[in-house]
Amino acid sequence: MTERVHEDELHAYADGQLDETRRLAVEAWLAANPADAVCVRDWVQQNRILHAAFDPVLNEPLPVALARLAQREPSRTSWRVGLAAAFAIVASGLLGYAAGLRSEGETVPVRFVQDAAIAHAVFSPEIRHPVEVDASQSAHLVGWLSKRLGAPLHAPDFGMLGFELLGGRLLPGETGPVALFMYQDAAQQRVTLYVRRDAPGSRETAFRHIHENGLEVFYWIDQGFGYALSGAVEPARMRALADAAYGQLVRGGAG
Amino acid sequence: MRPGPESDLIDHLPRLRRYARALTGDAARADDLVQDTVERALVKRALWRPGSDLRAWLFTVMHNLFVNQMRASRPPDTPLDEAPDMPVSGGQMDALATRDVHAALMRLPETQREVMLLVGLEQFGYAEAAHVLGVPVGTVMSRLARAREQLRRDLAGEPAVPLKVVK
Repeated sequence: MTERVHEDELHAYADGQLDETRRLAVEAWLAANPADAVCVRDWVQQNRILHAAFDPVLNEPLPVALARLAQREPSRTSWRVGLAAAFAIVASGLLGYAAGLRSEGETVPVRFVQDAAIAHAVFSPEIRHPVEVDASQSAHLVGWLSKRLGAPLHAPDFGMLGFELLGGRLLPGETGPVALFMYQDAAQQRVTLYVRRDAPGSRETAFRHIHENGLEVFYWIDQGFGYALSGAVEPARMRALADAAYGQLVRGGAG
Repeated sequence: MRPGPESDLIDHLPRLRRYARALTGDAARADDLVQDTVERALVKRALWRPGSDLRAWLFTVMHNLFVNQMRASRPPDTPLDEAPDMPVSGGQMDALATRDVHAALMRLPETQREVMLLVGLEQFGYAEAAHVLGVPVGTVMSRLARAREQLRRDLAGEPAVPLKVVK
């Protein structure tokens, strides 16, 4: 004989909300009560149908107005303050570094490098939704981001260096939409490539490098695009990734 | 350095959009609801307690907005809880044969649809769902049972009849 099981527990079983002991008790009950087992099977199936119908929304690009609203200007200060302390140091360090360069007469896109570092700090720790469109739909991803930036992009291939494309997302930036591509290696280290349109005629720069508290940022402006590759991985590997990106993107034209 | 809810707000947008899409059955209406939710959350962010569950709080804000919208768009003397189940006509039966879960959800009363989606899609615990909706857990369980029975009939193409209690 099996212990009587209340209907609420059958729902909890279907929803995966029971602890191990009760789960086993319910399984014993279901084995002896086929009508209830049919019910529970239907309920599990309903949950699956809901996920199949609506999970694709998770990977849709966020409407830009909505993303902007969630990061809107009045709350921006506290939003930044809310980030990890380590990151705040990185950002202020980058700003200081860039200001220093500027005082030497260089044109350094302060906001650009800072925004790239912020995007890296915000999105690279995400476990469940690091990207809006994942790499399994890479053609769609690149097509979508190209359309939003108004020019053909492509995501560099870092496979030879052990990093695979995870996917990408669209972000609001200082000069308009920004594309963020994210890559991950076998040790789950992540690097991001931040790509934005630059004003026509903006001066092209050689490859530049900023290093601050473990975060490496390589950036350059080329053919109307600003690029920044960010990652907290060993400098030698970052350098190799940056070389690969630079080589592939310059060779490939406008991204 | 007390982080406000906005530090993680953007992380929750995909899930809020998924829920709103399923709840309203309409992409534009859903995004309006998410937009209203974010605006309300930013206005009320002082009320959010750091350390408490931001996701549950955002869904609560969305629930309250949704209920207000529903109230505004229906005759004042129809209480939400007793919204009549829509009869299923022959034409609708054909649509059901295509297992249109979107349509089946829209035929659920809003109160049951909310519970069904919070639990079945958003994977809230029953107590969490009760907290979001501001009702007792027992109410969540009875709405869930009714929603599942009607969905089952809908998806199986059976006519809606008064609920039999599953023993």
